[in-house]
Amino acid sequence: MFMDWLNKKKESIESKKSIFNNIPDGLWVKCPQCNQIIYSKDWLENYKVCIKCGFHSQLNFYERIALLTDEGSFKETDENIISFDILGFHDTKPYSQRLMEAQLETNLKEAVITGLASIEKIPVNLIVMDFRFIGGSMGSVVGEKVTRAIERSIDMKLPLISVIASGGARMQEGLISLFQMAKTSSAIARLDKEKILYICILTHPSTAGVLASFGSLGDVIIAEPGALIGFAGPRVIEQTIKQKLPAGFQKAEFVLQHGMIDAVVERKKLKSTVALLLRLLWRKK
Amino acid sequence: MKRSLSPWERILLARHPQRPTFLTYLPELFDDFIELHGDRYFGDDPAIIAGFGFFDGESVAIIGQEKGQNVQEKIKRNFGMPHPEGYRKALRIMKLAEKFNIPIFSFIDTPGAYPGIGAEERGQAMAIAVNLKEMSLLRVPIIVTVLSEGGSGGALGIGVGDYILMLENAYYSVISPEGCASILFRDSSKAPEAASALKITAEDLFKLKLIDEIIPEPEEGAHTNPSETADNIKKALKRIYKNLKAKPIEVLLKERYEKLRNYGKFLEEVRK
Ligand SMILES: [Zn+2]
Repeated sequence: MFMDWLNKKKESIESKKSIFNNIPDGLWVKCPQCNQIIYSKDWLENYKVCIKCGFHSQLNFYERIALLTDEGSFKETDENIISFDILGFHDTKPYSQRLMEAQLETNLKEAVITGLASIEKIPVNLIVMDFRFIGGSMGSVVGEKVTRAIERSIDMKLPLISVIASGGARMQEGLISLFQMAKTSSAIARLDKEKILYICILTHPSTAGVLASFGSLGDVIIAEPGALIGFAGPRVIEQTIKQKLPAGFQKAEFVLQHGMIDAVVERKKLKSTVALLLRLLWRKK
Repeated sequence: MKRSLSPWERILLARHPQRPTFLTYLPELFDDFIELHGDRYFGDDPAIIAGFGFFDGESVAIIGQEKGQNVQEKIKRNFGMPHPEGYRKALRIMKLAEKFNIPIFSFIDTPGAYPGIGAEERGQAMAIAVNLKEMSLLRVPIIVTVLSEGGSGGALGIGVGDYILMLENAYYSVISPEGCASILFRDSSKAPEAASALKITAEDLFKLKLIDEIIPEPEEGAHTNPSETADNIKKALKRIYKNLKAKPIEVLLKERYEKLRNYGKFLEEVRK
């Protein structure tokens, strides 16, 4: 079975050292924003942030875990929930084929991975999205894994941290995907009632159905510099209002200026910032 | 026996220029309606109408998306596409209803939440998210009726409840068929195919257990006989409200959460 193969193939979560230091010699990276040529070693050691212009490149799940959690502390939960083609959806290719291709490309089973970990020795419950998997879209499995993670935070009294990277709902699952917004938000309502801390980390991009549900319901919302954060996509807005959008529109700094998030934090300081929030709001010492 | 319509034909009926809107049904369903305006933060959104009235002699809160029935009205109502202040006004009125133990009747008819600069600046996504969260906990019955267009998050933003009804020719979708066609099919003229693939008709959604009931329309669509349609809506709402009212609030909330909790289909591998 494909899934068995995937289970075997999926490497254990690598240490920060091997993820951000293990690069072949002599490779160079070109910054997509300023075109600066950067030595791969410097690029990776700076967590894929351009040393010249500060452009934050997207991180995959493995890199995100290495960046954010204490080495070796991550333990995946609910890894056995997998998607199937509920509606028999076929656009330019069948949904089942899209799923399999995404699994092959990412070594992940779905667009979200949940698990327990520690951040500067404080135990936390994590929800991490990976944009490479069908645009980080939320269908039944993402909704279910997120909901179970929220319920686990309630049961274990563990602060919840979500790292968002999503284009929105998984269209291939139709209205079922839209209703995952209500499902996850109602679980957050219960988390809130139980007074469990919830921190959202918005990365590029955090949009549509995921932002309009559990992705923006944190007690504290922080974002990475330059991340696109919005309900509607910029192209849809341009087509609707028939005018060009102002520079920086829907970027993290713009959203901060309009009072919708608490802080923009550069990647280098992300872990220590989250740890500080945990110490101030949760451990209180 | 009615001829069965294709999903696309139903969408054309749902968007028919003469199709009744929320304001057509409002006086037929409720007495002494008083509209309450504004979100108390920024403004009043004419795309969502909110207030209180009597339903069958009982006080109820009424939330409805309104698209407008002529050119001026459509412009005033922004074609039924709400801004964040519409969702915040709706929540304000729903919280007021909860405070005085008054049930909530919500009516959906929107192509979607408005994709515009101001809407983004004022937190469209956040406004919708907060409604989803708060509506799941409101300690009064909530009955949701999709009248014509259930346009994605813009519809869901007033659409969390205990019982969801749809008019026979209404549709409810994660994305417009046109949007889906241009993104996934890479051809915006394939909207009819996208409409079929997305399973967005009342009949499909009832089969998928995403809605609870279909309200019948007159043979050629709601616009051919608005008062008959209103009668059908009223009959259904009366029966459902009677059932929901009889439930203790804790039971109602538990059932609401279970309903939300169970949305979704997936496989779970069992490890030997
Ligand atoms: Zn650069």
